[in-house]
Amino acid sequence: MSIDTVAAAQVSPEQPQPFAELGLKPDEYQQIRDILHRRPTSSELAMYSVMWSEHCSYKSSKVHLRQFGEKVPKTDALLVGIGENAGVVDIGSGWAVTFKVESHNHPSYVEPYQGAATGIGGIVRDIMSMGARPLAVMDPLRFGPADAPDTGRVLPGIVAGIGGYGNCLGLPNIGGEIVFDSSYLGNPLVNALCVGAMKHEDIHLASAKGVGNLVVLYGARTGGDGIGGVSVLASETFSEGGPTKRPSVQVGDPFMEKLLIEATLEVLRAGLVEGIQDLGGAGISCATSELASNGEGGMHVWLDRVLLRDATLSPEEILMSESQERMCAIVRPDRLPEFMERCAKWDVEAVVIGEVNASGRLTVDWHGERIVDVPPRTVAHEGPVYERPFHRPPWQDALQADTTDHLERPVTGPELRETLLVMVAAPNLASKSWVTSQYDRYVQGNTVLAQPADAGMIRIDEATGLGVAIATDCNGRFAKLDPYAGAQLALAEAYRNVAASGATPLAVTNCLNFGSPEDPEVMWQFAEATRGLADGCLLLGTPVTGGNVSFYNQTGAIAILPTPVVGVLGVIADVATRTSMAWTGAGDRIYLLGDTNDEFGGSEWANHVHGHLGGLPPRVDLDRERALAEVLVAGSTSGSFVAAHDVSDGGVAQVLVEMALRAGTGATVMVPAALEPFVFMFAESTARAVVVVSPSAAGRLVDLCGQKGVPLVEIGVVSAAPELDFADLFCVSLDDLRREHERTLPELFG
Amino acid sequence: MSVRVGVVTFPGSLDDRDAARAVHIAGGQAVALWHGDDDLRNVDAVILPGGFSYGDYLRCGAIARFAPVMRTIIERASAGMPLLGICNGFQILCESQLLPGALTRNDSLHFICRDQRLRIENTSSAWTSGFINGQEIVIPLKNGEGGYLADERTLDALEAEGRVVARYLEVNPNGSRRDIAGITNERGNVVGLMPHPEHAVESLTGPSIDGIPFFTSVLKSLVSP
Repeated sequence: MSIDTVAAAQVSPEQPQPFAELGLKPDEYQQIRDILHRRPTSSELAMYSVMWSEHCSYKSSKVHLRQFGEKVPKTDALLVGIGENAGVVDIGSGWAVTFKVESHNHPSYVEPYQGAATGIGGIVRDIMSMGARPLAVMDPLRFGPADAPDTGRVLPGIVAGIGGYGNCLGLPNIGGEIVFDSSYLGNPLVNALCVGAMKHEDIHLASAKGVGNLVVLYGARTGGDGIGGVSVLASETFSEGGPTKRPSVQVGDPFMEKLLIEATLEVLRAGLVEGIQDLGGAGISCATSELASNGEGGMHVWLDRVLLRDATLSPEEILMSESQERMCAIVRPDRLPEFMERCAKWDVEAVVIGEVNASGRLTVDWHGERIVDVPPRTVAHEGPVYERPFHRPPWQDALQADTTDHLERPVTGPELRETLLVMVAAPNLASKSWVTSQYDRYVQGNTVLAQPADAGMIRIDEATGLGVAIATDCNGRFAKLDPYAGAQLALAEAYRNVAASGATPLAVTNCLNFGSPEDPEVMWQFAEATRGLADGCLLLGTPVTGGNVSFYNQTGAIAILPTPVVGVLGVIADVATRTSMAWTGAGDRIYLLGDTNDEFGGSEWANHVHGHLGGLPPRVDLDRERALAEVLVAGSTSGSFVAAHDVSDGGVAQVLVEMALRAGTGATVMVPAALEPFVFMFAESTARAVVVVSPSAAGRLVDLCGQKGVPLVEIGVVSAAPELDFADLFCVSLDDLRREHERTLPELFG
Repeated sequence: MSVRVGVVTFPGSLDDRDAARAVHIAGGQAVALWHGDDDLRNVDAVILPGGFSYGDYLRCGAIARFAPVMRTIIERASAGMPLLGICNGFQILCESQLLPGALTRNDSLHFICRDQRLRIENTSSAWTSGFINGQEIVIPLKNGEGGYLADERTLDALEAEGRVVARYLEVNPNGSRRDIAGITNERGNVVGLMPHPEHAVESLTGPSIDGIPFFTSVLKSLVSP
């Protein structure tokens, strides 16, 4: 096997190189030649190609993502902002929280179980690399139509993968979303969120500081899995006679990850680590170039020291391998023995692969020959940036003009009852317990709220009850009708969900799932959504701390619904004051906060009953969202609420059904005089919540809403009867509702 | 002096901190035990917590059974030391032959996490003496391989000797024979339980606090044997 060295590259400038097969454009290849003043070696080409890929470099999205850093609201909460592995937020009492959501869409379509499993593994390592103990995970998921044969292949595998991996790590799964839409057939979205906590002094960053410090690679051995589907690397160009066609989907080993978590936390707590970085996309290429770029600027790596699963791997493959469960630490030489000892305690293999120096270059040797010699910033941070052209799609006006006005609406009591039973069984509104019962929500003993609650909530500090709540949301139909508003509606819903649980919203993460950035219409959706989200975060005072972009989610010319998934994190001083969605005592009074309008564009009713998508999404009112959140948090903190629930998909009717089924007791419901019963039940107007209070606390709720300028109307009374009685219209038993609500997923997926 | 209850951490143990918290809430002193160390640090009782020891490789509990710490634990348990195995711990107890039978893949073939109703049917074991016979409780259940299996003769013997500690009510979540959720040995000091009492010790984080008596039972039995 001949090795392409720097020396060889200098004397063979004309040697043809497979840059196009590696995904580089001719001008990008030329840019690399200009940087190096020679042709790259095959190893260098491998590094640049993966690091300059859309996935690693954000080259199409960077110019838009900048807004998240520019439109930052005034806050003292942000300890580490955008650009690191994950943002870090101050939650008080010396505690810091880090959280992030990331996509694993494409691998999960190819191999659902491993794709979803390694998505969890990757985001957990991101959180660890900030110095935090991972505490919980959530999974926002999108699938094709629930009854499509391919959904039957993809969904059970993805759910089993999330459970199979997450359950073995000892991290509770506290929420997420499951949404079905035909646009996701062939492009399921598997986003994974992890939250972790640490004391302020334990925050770590990915930087290689201190000349003479050692670069330690530890965890699983490096194998040939996950080499970006770039089969050219296994072709004769690089390793004649070597193995061909590596699998491009990584294979996860949760047991190894669990050991890696424990070993990492031990070495961090013992103060043995100067800098730390996880190995995810682009593997060793990414870890070494980012560490060097963020630190002293120089690093030397002896690549032949990397422990391998397969001794026949070429240096290019080792540099690009995305084998899971690996981490990279910068360790002082005098602390190395203890570092190695602690890894050994957890049966985690570790090896010194390099050293920090002041050369300003990242150099890599393979058995004594120099195969890489590059300025690390050009690999990690100074990749190409594109101002992709974008324009408003010509069909956007027609889509918005096609309103829901002509759709036939239920009017009579029996019609409304029938619609309600159909809606609660709709795949997007039906009970998701078939999925969530495959996830461990109890492990660690700190889960205060989990699915199907509005937000997941965990206790961070057992002594004081300090905790955090997280919700993720996005209605892609709203985003299709108006991407700017759609992103703000996603933000507003997650924000409202967190507030409904009693926590104060503090910070935002996002996972922006879109079609091809090379399609100007998709790029317009992306540009509008990022602008909307940045403006929204500024208005609500919740900074974006980080996130992820996933492009190319499309089959042929058909892109997915634009899906900017937004995660909001909130803090709660004492989790004992949280508000759940289950009402309790008969006689308690049910209020609807916020204004209900005749808004059905993009609603679940239009979608499920009529298969219609058109018109405008519900109006965004972030000032009102903020006021509503203040009411929800104040009422929860003071203990005056019995229950609260955010109103979103499916409208007030869905909320009442979920609250009743959770409690096991019903209610008498009064339709406000000003509203058409159908609009009251199913409209998806925003900035609304249902709040239940005891009769004695009703006055306080009315006063609180008055102070904050939030309108409210009494809509019912909790009863002892097992039924929802929509006075004068119809009555439906909880048994009927439960049967319809709970049967959909088990019938489809077994 | 409070009673010392050891909680073993194997590589892949997940509910070890939860078990320690439950011991603490019950009024005992939780002592961390390491799989590779055969010293039991003067504990009076031991809990083998839930999780996926050694990644469940080979068979659940099959490798953990050979850990150095298990040598001493088996020895002491044979001499009467109270020993509770929860979930993966139950699997380890069966692999160690401290309890009969085996735990097999759930009949649904899915991992299942649910709030499970149980009936306590033995109140003479070291870990269940604080319950009333026939008491119904709700505690979390979460497992992928929790189907209790034994031959008919063993099952008949367990029933005849009153060694079924707890039985599933309403739903049999994993296909366990005769709805068995937990069993004990002849002497009553070793108990294996598939559901998780350590996750039902605080109303804030559990579906109930029905799990507490498992831990107070053993503390009481050790103070006044």
